[in-house]
Amino acid sequence: MNTIELLEQQQLRKDITPFSPGDVVRVQVKVLEGGRERIQAFEGTVIARSGSGPRETFTVRRVSYGVGVERIFPLHSPRIDRIELVRRGRVRRAKLYYLRGLKGKAARIKRKSQ
Amino acid sequence: MWGIHEAAEGVKLLRKGIIGRKLGMTQVFDEHGVVIPVTVIEAGPCVVIQKKTPETDGYAAIQVGFQPVGERALSRPLKGHFAAAKVTPMRFLRELRLDSVDGFEPGQEIRADVFSAGEYVDVTGTTKGHGFSGGVKRWGFHRGPMAHGSKYHRGPGSLQSRKAARVFKGRLMPGRYGGERVTIQNLKVVRVDAERNLILIRGAVPGADGSLVTIKDAVKAR
Repeated sequence: MNTIELLEQQQLRKDITPFSPGDVVRVQVKVLEGGRERIQAFEGTVIARSGSGPRETFTVRRVSYGVGVERIFPLHSPRIDRIELVRRGRVRRAKLYYLRGLKGKAARIKRKSQ
Repeated sequence: MWGIHEAAEGVKLLRKGIIGRKLGMTQVFDEHGVVIPVTVIEAGPCVVIQKKTPETDGYAAIQVGFQPVGERALSRPLKGHFAAAKVTPMRFLRELRLDSVDGFEPGQEIRADVFSAGEYVDVTGTTKGHGFSGGVKRWGFHRGPMAHGSKYHRGPGSLQSRKAARVFKGRLMPGRYGGERVTIQNLKVVRVDAERNLILIRGAVPGADGSLVTIKDAVKAR
């Protein structure tokens, strides 16, 4: 293994819950507010995972008050306290960008049967 | 000569440097979880081979070597040069011009931990050679339309007004681009791994991966 790969390996977090696009997750994010740290949750559907190694990111989409909100998190960011898996979803592609054009009942994702 | 030993108060002296090999770039998270782009440099261990002082040479500098090499690769004069310093032969020799060479002796080792995280440095290297390049790549000229019947794509355009009747000196033109010595100033040292001789420097550094770079204290220290 070369030195750069080794450095990148050290950046990786080993405590990440495995999840994939279509799953509903609750991301507990550490936010700095007026000098003190607290944890804020962001819950939604994972619509994409991209990149690899320490650069890997995932996109979480939720519809809040009728407005679609998407947040992109670096998967290995120390800012993320933990990622909770709420529900697994059955989808047939890796990027669920088609959800952006849908709303209400059409934007539902089937549950994955274990 | 002006102020080799006596620098004005508050001005940081150029005291140390090291040579190394650029390994490549990656990114790290800092303590706030912010992503920082870094260049990884395998710096040293270097050995001081010669010490130049204002008394003997007219200026202060140390000559350092990097990467041991077998005797077979050396010419006779070089063998003598290394023997004089009583050091193992090195492949790369570079001179580091410093404000003061006090405290350096031939044979002394310089390791990556001469620098520490948070310091500012200047990094010198040889940029990637781009060969004979046009004005668009070399000087950032704007391109013409590539389609819709345009016959002006990447050419240099007009060189001067007709009135001038000649081309003034300094006109930017196509030519050899890259492969020159460049110094990037005021780069921040993000992390130092003395054990593995690594220095992580914020941002980009001249040269291709694997090329030789020189790291010195920042001249224009903040």
